[in-house]
Amino acid sequence: MSKEPVAVVGIGQTKHVAARRDVSIAGLVREAARRALDDAGLDWADIDAVVIGKAPDFFEGVMMPELYLADALGAVGKPMLRVHTAGSVGGSTALVAANLVAARVHSTVLTLAFEKQSESNAMWGLSLPIPFQQPLLAGAGGFFAPHVRAYMRRSGAPDTVGSLVAYKDRRNALKNPYAHLHEHDITLEKVQASPMLWDPIRYSETCPSSDGACAMVLTDRAGAARSAKPPAWMLGGAMRSEPTLFAGKDAVSPQAGKDCAADVYRQAGIADPRRDIDAVEMYVPFSWYEPMWLENLGFAEEGEGWKLTESGVTELDGDLPVNMSGGVLSTNPIGASGMIRFAEAALQVRGQAGEHQVDGARKVLGHAYGGGSQFFSMWLVGAAAPDS
Amino acid sequence: MPEVLKAPLVVEFPFTRSLGPVQSAFLTGLRERIVLGVKTGDGRVLVPPVEYDPVTAEEIRDLVEVAPTGTVTTWAWNHEPRRGQPLGTPFAWVLVRLDGADTALLHALDAPGPDAVHTGMRVRVRWAEERSGAITDIACFEPYEGRTAELFGHSGEFEDAIHGIVAHARLDYTYSPGRAQSAYIDALASRRTFGERCPSCRKVYVPPRGACPTCGVATSEQVEVGPGGTVTTFCIVNIKAKNLDIEVPYVYAHIALDGAGLALHGRIGGIPYDQVRMGLRVEPAWTEGARFPDHYRPNGEPDADYETYKELL
Repeated sequence: MSKEPVAVVGIGQTKHVAARRDVSIAGLVREAARRALDDAGLDWADIDAVVIGKAPDFFEGVMMPELYLADALGAVGKPMLRVHTAGSVGGSTALVAANLVAARVHSTVLTLAFEKQSESNAMWGLSLPIPFQQPLLAGAGGFFAPHVRAYMRRSGAPDTVGSLVAYKDRRNALKNPYAHLHEHDITLEKVQASPMLWDPIRYSETCPSSDGACAMVLTDRAGAARSAKPPAWMLGGAMRSEPTLFAGKDAVSPQAGKDCAADVYRQAGIADPRRDIDAVEMYVPFSWYEPMWLENLGFAEEGEGWKLTESGVTELDGDLPVNMSGGVLSTNPIGASGMIRFAEAALQVRGQAGEHQVDGARKVLGHAYGGGSQFFSMWLVGAAAPDS
Repeated sequence: MPEVLKAPLVVEFPFTRSLGPVQSAFLTGLRERIVLGVKTGDGRVLVPPVEYDPVTAEEIRDLVEVAPTGTVTTWAWNHEPRRGQPLGTPFAWVLVRLDGADTALLHALDAPGPDAVHTGMRVRVRWAEERSGAITDIACFEPYEGRTAELFGHSGEFEDAIHGIVAHARLDYTYSPGRAQSAYIDALASRRTFGERCPSCRKVYVPPRGACPTCGVATSEQVEVGPGGTVTTFCIVNIKAKNLDIEVPYVYAHIALDGAGLALHGRIGGIPYDQVRMGLRVEPAWTEGARFPDHYRPNGEPDADYETYKELL
């Protein structure tokens, strides 16, 4: 028996900001969930199950917050699941929800991911003072910066490519009312003049710390038929993981990322991603990860990804727009960041991305990764239902 | 075999909480010696109050005052109070349904012993002397035989309401790095670095983990690596970390010790930061009494060829 086709019929997110002091965690997730239901034209009673994700509990210090969030998400008396795969969690949460629909366990599932970074300090949460271990000397940026340098060495990319990505993503964010950073006076010169934090990564090439939530309503073929607005159809979805550090790991282009993309393309019948996919919303917390992931995801040959960035192909009006929403570089409520990528892909194929809509976007990839390039989750969504 | 190491690990942080409208009113009320509940769609009063109706999922904001007196619905005796608990002497954990409420609140009951506690007993709030807008504004409950307190139907509206609290969290663990890392640390004391070779893929793990993460098999064969190594990649850190006593800028590098199957991370010294390069040959630099090398410094050998370490990136 074939899988049930899965449709996205509702999308909601909060206006992402540095600190939402006016709401509790429950109030924050509620806002995104309510907007997703409104977008779908549904109410709490129409939801069969809730799948929620967030990054480590240490980020807010509420252990298993999903338990107390059941009321706020209308989950009382329904199945509720928590997913946890570090920074990729927003993506894998959506995929767990999608699989419940695809397997015909549930007809309509609310999926949601969030982070309220202002309640704590993610850097603290990631650097607990483990006895007998040398402290990490560099923070998150310092963890990833050597991999960026390795990419530059391997590809021969000019050192300006990272600033081009940051300049593009921050301009795209100006067209997205939900984005955290709205830097109206951004210029390429300002990006390139910003302080070098972890050489080769500059301040303006790093992501902010945000409070925010993102929610989606996923449903089956019958649910999609009832939807007033056009649905986005899942054409393929996959997750892969590998250890953070192991002998033989390719930290620049991890095998798990390649395998995950290949699985999605196989499911969706994508022979040539560069030709067959119209736009990509990928997880780029540090600017250089755009060219790195372009290669990892098969949009460019190894060592060639930066040429797509440099030649303007990834601009909003380019041939393969990347991070139309402004990306993680403009908005980073960590646990929600993966789902925002997935939701942006769905918004694009529904034709509802507003000012940052890519004309004629029919197939869009959403991508997330987390840990030290340890977890990967991706989906490809389309404007047309799968053939099955 | 050396002894397996153990040490305390304390994780603590002052988390901030944005309360939202309902918890804001509830905690501000406690500061004013008023207990508030919230009315649900089916007319029940929930104490402590919540923001969303557990039955209908609708937003609920109808706050109602309940009495500081109530009835114990169930309880458990706590023989040994721990750090941070409401009372320093043995007490009962109780669920108390306050008069006017339909649900019970968890708190502590000050009682001389378990024989003095029973389900159905009447209790009242003992307010803390100093109150700040926190659940600890209720110091505890105490046995009470008097009448139900008179209520004035407080609306839940307060001047100078609190909107956020700081919740101090602390977790006490005992941490052990295990057999393999203990042996590694033990050898470092004599300034030698041992990894473990995977019997399946033959790669050498430094530090050793006791198992190969790729093959999923236990490792036990010890292999000495270094002291020479190659900088495979690095970054220059320009921002000072809060709790690190290192002058910026400094170089944070991935260093593949000779014979190791993957790079470890360390600081590079003994060379100006802007002269560090991929392929630089280094060795550990020790300081007296330190568990780990203080940093790695050039060992005078010519740079390693890119081909020799590109698989380690």
